[in-house]
Amino acid sequence: MNNVFYLLLRRLRVPFITMIVVYSISVLGFVLIPGQDNDGNIWHMDFFHAVYFVSFMGTTIGFGEIPFAFTDAQRMWTLLMIYATVVAWLYGIGSMLALLQEPVFGRLLRRRAFTSEVIGIAEPFYLICGYGVTGRVIVHKLANRDIRAVVIDIKQERIDDLEMDSLPIRVPGLCADAALPDVLDDAGLQHPHCIGVLALTDDDNSNLAVSIASKLLMPKRLVISRTESEVTTANLLSFGTDQVVDPFQAYAGYLSMAIHSPYKHLVYDWLVNPYHRPLSSVYQLKQGRWIICGFGRFGRSLYKAFKADDVSITVVDAKEHNVNQTEHQIWGVGTEAQTLEEAGIHEAVGIVAGTENDANNLSIIMTARQLKPKLVTVVRQNLDANRLVFRHSGADFVMEPGRIIANQIMAQIKTPLLPAFIDALQGYDDVWAHTLLNRMSSVVGEYELDSWAFTIGEADTPAIQMALEEATVIKMKVFLKDPRDRSHMLPAFPLMLRRGETIKILPGELTELELGDEILFCGLSKAFKQVEWTVNNYNVLQYILTGKDANSTLLSRWFNKDS
Amino acid sequence: MNREKVIFAFFIVLALTLNFGFFLGDIDKVVHHNEFELFAALTVSMICTVLKFGDRTHLGALMLATSLVADLQLVIAATLWGFAEQISGGMTASMMSSIVSLSGGALLANIISVVLLVVETIVVRR
Repeated sequence: MNNVFYLLLRRLRVPFITMIVVYSISVLGFVLIPGQDNDGNIWHMDFFHAVYFVSFMGTTIGFGEIPFAFTDAQRMWTLLMIYATVVAWLYGIGSMLALLQEPVFGRLLRRRAFTSEVIGIAEPFYLICGYGVTGRVIVHKLANRDIRAVVIDIKQERIDDLEMDSLPIRVPGLCADAALPDVLDDAGLQHPHCIGVLALTDDDNSNLAVSIASKLLMPKRLVISRTESEVTTANLLSFGTDQVVDPFQAYAGYLSMAIHSPYKHLVYDWLVNPYHRPLSSVYQLKQGRWIICGFGRFGRSLYKAFKADDVSITVVDAKEHNVNQTEHQIWGVGTEAQTLEEAGIHEAVGIVAGTENDANNLSIIMTARQLKPKLVTVVRQNLDANRLVFRHSGADFVMEPGRIIANQIMAQIKTPLLPAFIDALQGYDDVWAHTLLNRMSSVVGEYELDSWAFTIGEADTPAIQMALEEATVIKMKVFLKDPRDRSHMLPAFPLMLRRGETIKILPGELTELELGDEILFCGLSKAFKQVEWTVNNYNVLQYILTGKDANSTLLSRWFNKDS
Repeated sequence: MNREKVIFAFFIVLALTLNFGFFLGDIDKVVHHNEFELFAALTVSMICTVLKFGDRTHLGALMLATSLVADLQLVIAATLWGFAEQISGGMTASMMSSIVSLSGGALLANIISVVLLVVETIVVRR
């Protein structure tokens, strides 16, 4: 892209020509005006001396009159030309500086720098469109895992935020419209190392454009898109988008699970969220009526999710087009005690303040809690700037869909097995989830529960591949022994084993492994670092299997000959 | 009629004619070649070069290249003239023929430039 260079040349045409014209007139004048040599003879300056004199006159106005003292006519010409050349220079330099300060030029330069930086990336990276709450959380998590990312956002402030955020690795960012294919191309859409495209802008059409462009150019590459309407969801899925996340639906599902199966919800929360809530925080809820204030996008998603779980609901809304969409509907905003009493707050177990006005939402839960202190309160936060107020609102759940979908997307990026496990979770009851939770709790305590996955094969586990080819029997417990001391177990356990189409939840330690098995583990992240030794280093694996430091170098074979 | 095109064509053709005027005459005869004409040819050629800046088409690039060649040849010719007069002690026939042959090279470049201009005009037909 030589745009910058062409722009520079084009803008500097007039200053350049001015300079050439002024200089040549000046030189010509000196050649034509007769002078006098030291003896008083008429002398004409030649071109050589004229160019010499004008060159230093224009730039420094110094060095005196050469080769002979000037006549008055020459001096008058010099006087004129000093001003002409100085003005020409000032004009030239001025235009160049003005050009450098122009926003267009700055944008071109930044775009150029961004493009060349992206081209220079030599490791796998994710292309992230939209640096809102979700984009930001994901970029930070990727950076903490040393995975590179490239960011596009349409707002300059967000790109400024990106530059101000102290990330452990450099993340190039560009302020541009991600819906434009050439912007995407500059951001590495066709880059061989781009392993995934995340369309996270708050505009459904942009997300759609990004996803389509990516799927058209590289059909096999991962594409995750955010969406806010069902039409777009269907559209995105129709051309093979790998994951579509709807913030309202995601949160509605999350909340609904928290209410009807709290332990399962905690398992999910621990696996997906980095900062998980303690086991004691489980909401022991009786079944009962819920009040939903605000029947917009969030309210509708929540209503659907609750209905699916057979929770009885009263909806409170003041907008005409939302009235009479459901049974048990009350007219009003929900900020007054009267409306809430009418909605039957004394019989209700929980209230959701889900309007799109933050002040109203806070007011709703304040009023509700005055009427009934034991109520479970869920409040929707619309603006990120209000975080401080909401944190101190005392609500049981603050709905920040941005973070929820960021965690969902990270789970997909970390390992595709994790979402598969979460899906499989639906088939179990809450008692089973409680047992699993106790097991997790005993392994990690209060620390963050990490999860990781291996596919038995050359790429992930070369050592185990070698051992299997030698017909050694490898059992699941290999993954759980500490490579520093095989009598110790690592703080981790297997969650799921996928072999072809069959899925086994919580496989036993004695399960024999085959090539191509995919195994999902959870535990402390330090266990993951240790187990990487076992799966990659054949000698460490031999130690784990046999207890002997098998070493087949010439020297050790010679030393161990007699044994 | 496009004013910009007139100015553009004017300078390109002027560069060619001035160059041709200087080149005309016996190659080694100093009296046949006017130094002011060389000066004018050089100045106009430089203005042509700047006028061709910033055109992103292939033809534009080609025209810029021919102009740069003409500039280079004429600057060398002018420098040689200054060298002959000031340093080597007077113009000689061999020096003069070198200067004129250099300007002949520039003339060729200028001819190509005008041919390209004509080609562009014919192709664009407006």
